[in-house]
Amino acid sequence: MLSVIGRYLIFLGKLFTRRESLKVYWKRFIDECIGIGVSSVFIVAIVAVFIGAVVCVQTRANLVSPVIPVYVVSNIVRDMTLLELSSTFMCVVLAGKVGSNIAGELGTMKITEQIDALEVMGINSASYLVLPKLLAAVFTFPLLAIISGFLGIFGGYLAGTLSGIITPEDYIYGIRYSFIPFNVFISIIKAIVFGFLISTISAFQGYDTRGGALEVGQASTSAVTNSCIAVLIADYLLAELLT
Amino acid sequence: MIEIKNISKSFNDRMVLDNVSGVFKKGETSLVIGASGTGKSVLLKCMLDLVRPEAGTTLYDGRDFYVGDEEDKKDIRREMGVLFQGGALFDSKTVHENIQFPLDMLTEMGEGEKKDRVEFCLQRVGLEGTGGRMPSEISGGMKKRVGIARAIVMNPKYLFCDEPNSGLDPLTSIKIDELIKEITDEFEITTVVITHDMNSVLSIGDKIMFLHKGKKLWEGNSQTIMGDTVPELEEFVFCNKALSLMRAGR
Repeated sequence: MLSVIGRYLIFLGKLFTRRESLKVYWKRFIDECIGIGVSSVFIVAIVAVFIGAVVCVQTRANLVSPVIPVYVVSNIVRDMTLLELSSTFMCVVLAGKVGSNIAGELGTMKITEQIDALEVMGINSASYLVLPKLLAAVFTFPLLAIISGFLGIFGGYLAGTLSGIITPEDYIYGIRYSFIPFNVFISIIKAIVFGFLISTISAFQGYDTRGGALEVGQASTSAVTNSCIAVLIADYLLAELLT
Repeated sequence: MIEIKNISKSFNDRMVLDNVSGVFKKGETSLVIGASGTGKSVLLKCMLDLVRPEAGTTLYDGRDFYVGDEEDKKDIRREMGVLFQGGALFDSKTVHENIQFPLDMLTEMGEGEKKDRVEFCLQRVGLEGTGGRMPSEISGGMKKRVGIARAIVMNPKYLFCDEPNSGLDPLTSIKIDELIKEITDEFEITTVVITHDMNSVLSIGDKIMFLHKGKKLWEGNSQTIMGDTVPELEEFVFCNKALSLMRAGR
């Protein structure tokens, strides 16, 4: 375990040494933003809308006391979405989509000697291949978290108003009631940290692959598992730190 | 000229290379042969510093490759071209982009100049008009040719080929061998080929080094290999039925 963490830290160090020119990274960064960020908008949107809707319906179903005002439902939807669902839950989903993709791509490049081909040209393969992915994840995950937060609350609004469990006025009032803007900042901070963890852990798993197709599959699985564990541990630490 | 001196390498206490030395001369196609698992590919990786040996050194025209950091090695690396066993083409790039990649990363050439150079290399390996295809759209033999084109695009002084015939039919194998030989002669390159293909051994081996269980057992050329009497070499060479019958005079 310690040796794996040690190799991971050495791998992180390699990302920032012997870098190529900015021009090289810029093009790859844009490509990775599309691959990691833009291509994830659809799944993030679907997950956010439905989770927001479910939270709204479940909260209302469990808050049957007449002394609790109905706008508390959207109040809970807002805080749950901003503090956990739009960052942590979304990143667990992205660990599956983005993490397995990164590990699979790098693992295949490793076993087909494409990474060796870069090394013999004198190119720092870790930096060339992974740094743009890391930057793209750190840049696009907060944007996805903002989209996810908005759509989660919107999903709750749709479910609540269409099913008649809350009026549009009450829902909007609840969202505005005792709003703490810092919670949006917490969501963005979390998304940045999770983006870093998911991209680097998955890249490390892929880059460290040895063997054949079986090992590439195992690397993808490990990438998702380890990323999820790291996200949940980081989530707890950030919750202690920021709230 | 490439000189390897007393290279030793082990993995998990298993000796893979044991004190291997040799000289590969300019303008010659030198072959490292031996059965599978004898350390040929590890020797190549040691020469390319993809694997660092526990002992010994590799000298490129007198320059020690293991001294200094990666920045110091860049000059030597720019003089190298490598054809990997599977071609190692970048899946996300077209054939043209694959060949142009070293020029993009390592030179300040203009776009027109790079295009001309890539076209020349494609034409040299007989693949004119295929630059727009993806690696997944071309055959194994074509992948090897593209690999050779990428290896020679930087005008290398040293060319390394790891099992260039693996997975190819006999006719394509011969064509790839001929291409490697022609390029070596034409550009006066120091070429090292890792192989266990006897056709290659007999047709392009200006110099041959035989490895057995990590040790260099024999050195010679394609003319002397048939007449030598090292038992392990005989077993390797004459396991081929045609050669065995030829030796028996039938």
